[in-house]
Amino acid sequence: MKALEIFGLKKTYANGHEALKGIDLTVEQGDFFALLGPNGAGKSTAIGIICSLVNASGGSIKVFGHDLEQQRNQCKMQIGVVPQEINFNVFENPRNILITQAGYYGIPRAVASTRADEYLKLLDLWDKRNAPAREMSGGMKRRLMIARALVHRPQLLILDEPTAGVDIEIRRSMWTFLEEINRQGTTIILTTHYLEEAESLCRNVAIIDHGEIVEQGAVSELLSRSMVQTFVLDLKVPVTEPPVLEGYTVMRCEHTRLDIEVTVGQNMNGLFQQLAEQNIEVVSLRNKSNRLEEFFLRLVGQKEKEVAA
Amino acid sequence: MTSIAAVNVVAFKTIVVKEIRRFMRIWVQTIVPPAVSALLYMMIFGTLIGSRVGEMDGHRYIDFIVPGIIMMAVITNSYANSVSSFFGAKFQSHIEEVLVAPVHNVVILAGYIIGGVCRGLMVGALVAVVSLFFTRLTIENPLITLLIVVMTSMLFSIGGIINSIFAKGFDDISIIPNFVLTPLTYLGGIFYSIKLLPDFWQGLSMINPVLYMINGFRYGILGTSDFNIVWSFFVIGLFILLLGAIALYLLNKGVGIKR
Ligand SMILES: Nc1ncnc2c1ncn2[C@@H]1O[C@H](COP(=O)(O)OP(=O)(O)OP(=O)(O)O)[C@@H](O)[C@H]1O
Ligand SMILES: [Mg+2]
Repeated sequence: MKALEIFGLKKTYANGHEALKGIDLTVEQGDFFALLGPNGAGKSTAIGIICSLVNASGGSIKVFGHDLEQQRNQCKMQIGVVPQEINFNVFENPRNILITQAGYYGIPRAVASTRADEYLKLLDLWDKRNAPAREMSGGMKRRLMIARALVHRPQLLILDEPTAGVDIEIRRSMWTFLEEINRQGTTIILTTHYLEEAESLCRNVAIIDHGEIVEQGAVSELLSRSMVQTFVLDLKVPVTEPPVLEGYTVMRCEHTRLDIEVTVGQNMNGLFQQLAEQNIEVVSLRNKSNRLEEFFLRLVGQKEKEVAA
Repeated sequence: MTSIAAVNVVAFKTIVVKEIRRFMRIWVQTIVPPAVSALLYMMIFGTLIGSRVGEMDGHRYIDFIVPGIIMMAVITNSYANSVSSFFGAKFQSHIEEVLVAPVHNVVILAGYIIGGVCRGLMVGALVAVVSLFFTRLTIENPLITLLIVVMTSMLFSIGGIINSIFAKGFDDISIIPNFVLTPLTYLGGIFYSIKLLPDFWQGLSMINPVLYMINGFRYGILGTSDFNIVWSFFVIGLFILLLGAIALYLLNKGVGIKR
């Protein structure tokens, strides 16, 4: 079963801006899927269309086999969404925000109220339940939107940058939470600018840029295709000139820092041997960025050049 | 799975409860001020000036203006409620909460209309209570009174929704109330019978829809009107259908709420 199928989705905004140029995308039921792309790529636009907040200009969408245009209500019942921007009434309290949202899905007040309490506790918002939502911190507001997205128990949860501006501790607890509900069967689609997040959480990924899907596949497969990795070496003594290292590319050489590109599968011993021969003493070694990030930047950078050309 | 009709019944109740909670939470801004201004109108126009005016259309002046003052409160508050609530929902984007859910646009519209009606009737009732300090307020025809007030309230509630659908900023939600609603209500015969006007102005007044509402309501309370009140029902009913259809069309198109 496919949780989401998108065929040739297009969106041109009223000002003439073409935000989506016909994207195709498939997300399997039970998947944990990342939708990546630079600012303005069209991620939120695509999510907006899936959630009935943006009118599409072309193409079609199926949610668990239901056509979005023809069976919109069935689709809506299955989807829970956490938008990029805060969109609850900040004068209302979290408990009522959840009860009201449940009501929109036909859940009677008595049931809604127990369920609201359940999610308030689960997302650690219990203490704030009766205060106006504007008094909550940014991280709490994000968690409230997650609770709100889940209150009607959707099969597909879509999160648009849920961890933006959230501290590392809360981000990790959100990850654990999302992994848990994914394990229980909820399909999750997430956008994020933290590539490390996508790499550790998601199984499949699509990269979108300038309204087009530029890459799509399993995270592990994309990583194996990412052929090079850059390492940053900190040196004990500054070097004045980039050293010549056979088989390795020096990307940057600055004072006590050396950035070296290594092809995946290449032996690192050779590198250290050559450095030792040239009396270059390495104090520490680290990855420049995580591999998905490097892959991503390479891909998007390529696209930039194409567009400029 | 529950049927979509059952879902919408719950959704409708949810919107109405949310709307009532909203205006009750800020009752100092929503409920009290209209009662205070009504009190002032009745004191100044009714008692101080009214004693020198004598009779209007066969009634004591204060008795004559009380229905109009109640109606004015109902009109402004029904309108104000839906305009500020719907615009607020748009402005803070929380209208999206209901747009992502399987709620029919008719239900969204009806929910907001009833929210406005509740505020209109609540304020109207409060003004009526205030008026008891000035007049006995016997109601000649309770059914007509109730029907007219509910229908009028619905109509202006719809008007407020349409206004907020088009509004882009806070200025846009005060233009219509200030430049259209207030003049039409004042010229709609709250303080005078149009029989006092020269023929030309009488004729012109007849195209003011608010006149039909105030006269219909006054007929319900006092039993007299400037014309046959069947016209009142006809005009209000017509406008409800017309504006209701426009509002629904705009919601279906997603004007002002969808990108
Ligand atoms: N309402 C709108 N009217 C016109 N253009 C819009 C509108 N909303 C978005 N856009 C444009 O469409 C493009 C895609 O925007 P979108 O919000 O989908 O990007 P995104 O991938 O979510 O970016 P980010 O990572 O910054 O959130 C951008 O160029 C944006 O300026
Ligand atoms: Mg976005």
